[in-house]
Amino acid sequence: MEIRKGIAVSPGIAIAKPMLIDSKDYRIPRRSILPSQRSQEIQRLRKAFATAVTELERVESAQDIEENKIRDIFAVHMRFLRDRSFRKRITDMVNKELVTAEYAVSAILREIASHFAGINDAYISERAADIYDIEKRLLVHLLGKQQEDVERLREEVVILARNLTPTQTAGFDKTYIKGFATEKGGRTSHTAIVARSLGIPAVVALGDLSSEVPPDCVVIVDGNRGVVVIDPDEETRRQYEQYALQMTQFVTKLRELKDLPAQTRDGTAVQLFGNIEFPDESEIVIANGGEGIGLYRTEFLYLYGGQEPTEEDHYSAYAEAIRIVQGKPVVIRTMDLGADKLPHSGWHPNETNPVLGLRSIRYCLQALPLFKTQLRAILRASVLGDVRVMFPLITNLQELRQAKMILRDVMEDLDEYAVPYNAQMPVGIMIETPSSALTAGLLATESSFFSIGTNDLIQYTLAVDRANEHVSTLFSAAEPAILKLIRNVIQDAHKAGIGLSICGEVASDPEFIMLLLGMGVRTLSLAPPMIPEVKKIIRSATLEECNELSRKVATMDSSRQIRNYLRDAAMRILPESF
Amino acid sequence: MTRPTHEIEVEIRNPEGLHMRPAMQFVDLANTFNSDISVSHRDVTVDAKSIMQMTMLAATCGSRLRIHAVGADAGRAIEALQQLVENKFAGGSGAAVGEKKGS
Repeated sequence: MEIRKGIAVSPGIAIAKPMLIDSKDYRIPRRSILPSQRSQEIQRLRKAFATAVTELERVESAQDIEENKIRDIFAVHMRFLRDRSFRKRITDMVNKELVTAEYAVSAILREIASHFAGINDAYISERAADIYDIEKRLLVHLLGKQQEDVERLREEVVILARNLTPTQTAGFDKTYIKGFATEKGGRTSHTAIVARSLGIPAVVALGDLSSEVPPDCVVIVDGNRGVVVIDPDEETRRQYEQYALQMTQFVTKLRELKDLPAQTRDGTAVQLFGNIEFPDESEIVIANGGEGIGLYRTEFLYLYGGQEPTEEDHYSAYAEAIRIVQGKPVVIRTMDLGADKLPHSGWHPNETNPVLGLRSIRYCLQALPLFKTQLRAILRASVLGDVRVMFPLITNLQELRQAKMILRDVMEDLDEYAVPYNAQMPVGIMIETPSSALTAGLLATESSFFSIGTNDLIQYTLAVDRANEHVSTLFSAAEPAILKLIRNVIQDAHKAGIGLSICGEVASDPEFIMLLLGMGVRTLSLAPPMIPEVKKIIRSATLEECNELSRKVATMDSSRQIRNYLRDAAMRILPESF
Repeated sequence: MTRPTHEIEVEIRNPEGLHMRPAMQFVDLANTFNSDISVSHRDVTVDAKSIMQMTMLAATCGSRLRIHAVGADAGRAIEALQQLVENKFAGGSGAAVGEKKGS
């Protein structure tokens, strides 16, 4: 049994077999196999070698390689792959040391590479690079299979990985995935977002997970306390099963709130919307009592499937979500690509500082055909229900005007072909940079609504990379600077009489709900599984209490003090949540 | 019945040593013979028909190698390999030598 502590990013308890996923550049961890699995691993090796050879033959014959040096490199690769003593060394390792095929490949090739690297001769030490190339060539085939496995699961698993990328999670078969545990990542990493939207537990920043994951063991992911137990003993497992049962009962109780209004004890109504990534998640929103989709993250259309979505792909996804919510609002956010979410295909530059680079609306404004395709689909879908469009990462009025101008262009195109659309479709923006928060008053004059995206707002205001575990503890919505910006945006929205919602992580953080209400927020958009719990908090508090709490917090000077105060207040009104 | 055995010592004189391409030429050539061929450098002896083992010898310029062949065509093998080394691996890239493998 091994107990690891990380950061809890999505609540719940999962007890299931582990599924290990590695990324291509990753140093393969040592993992044991049972003696009975030997032949299966050897078979995988044989296939990887055969596929790699076929691949090389294709490259060699297809390309009329002028450059001798490149041809030589491929020729050397080929000879290594056909070298029986080389292959034997790897299979011997699998047989004798009982490790996985990929570990044996990686270990042997790295041994050879370090042998070269250690020799004091420039010609020879350079060979190490060739060896790493061969390693990569084989690993692609060995690990590629794993990714396929995870797309065709037959039993419940928890995913163990270094870090999960949108491309990986898009391909997961979600029915069987019960939890995530990753070595890297922070509170708002992609892993966390996906886990919350699926309503499964996740723990991130666990450090090296590779050391002891025995074959056929069970892993417990405790997303409430941020703990992962590998291969638990009987007693621990029983305790966790008991705990998971209690949790389920609590959740069932919350579900009973589904049809009750989200209003404070003194009668102030709050709208609760759901954040989604895939259209079928709209069902989860409705099942949890959500009043619509407050944030439809459309970039997943681009990250899924490996090719650029067509206008029809967009349209049918939007139409499905709109159909499911039956007339309730659907806020479609135009694609937020770039930074950590890169499109599968299509152009994107290599950037040294991608978070400050060509991402989100900036990317759209430069990749116009891509942007227009999406806008056409949104406009066409706008006649199917209460559809609203939202532009992400707007930093100033000029950007907003540019985006709206392109929207008008697309409308004119549709007019030409007499395609119906809602000309009055509300156009809103995300407030997620200090720049837009500070000039919210200006932006409000040309927006139908604001939605505050707290994740990016915090990252850009505090200059903290939320996925960097060395500084992720500095990432806090309770910083006075963040609260001041949010307050400013709320006031400007109210002054201009436009809609305002919060769609970042804080909207689903039980500790923040009272504060947000006290600050004047009346619409929240959050991970669907969290809707009942947030509703319970709203129904347990009075607006008077919230206002009082907000006034107190405004006088405090540190995030720690604020956080503690918020936690105490939340625990007083709803102790079961904590 | 003893099989013919031949042995010779050569010095690597091309500047890049038994780098990838020369090693590949050497291995390809060795593989065209049926004899068992081994190469020794200092106290390490390896199979001349394995690219992995040959490259791991890390024979740099100036290294002295002992080539040892056992089999019917051992004499011709030694002669051909010696020529390759002494000609400093001139005469086309390894890829052009061909893919014929010993069995």
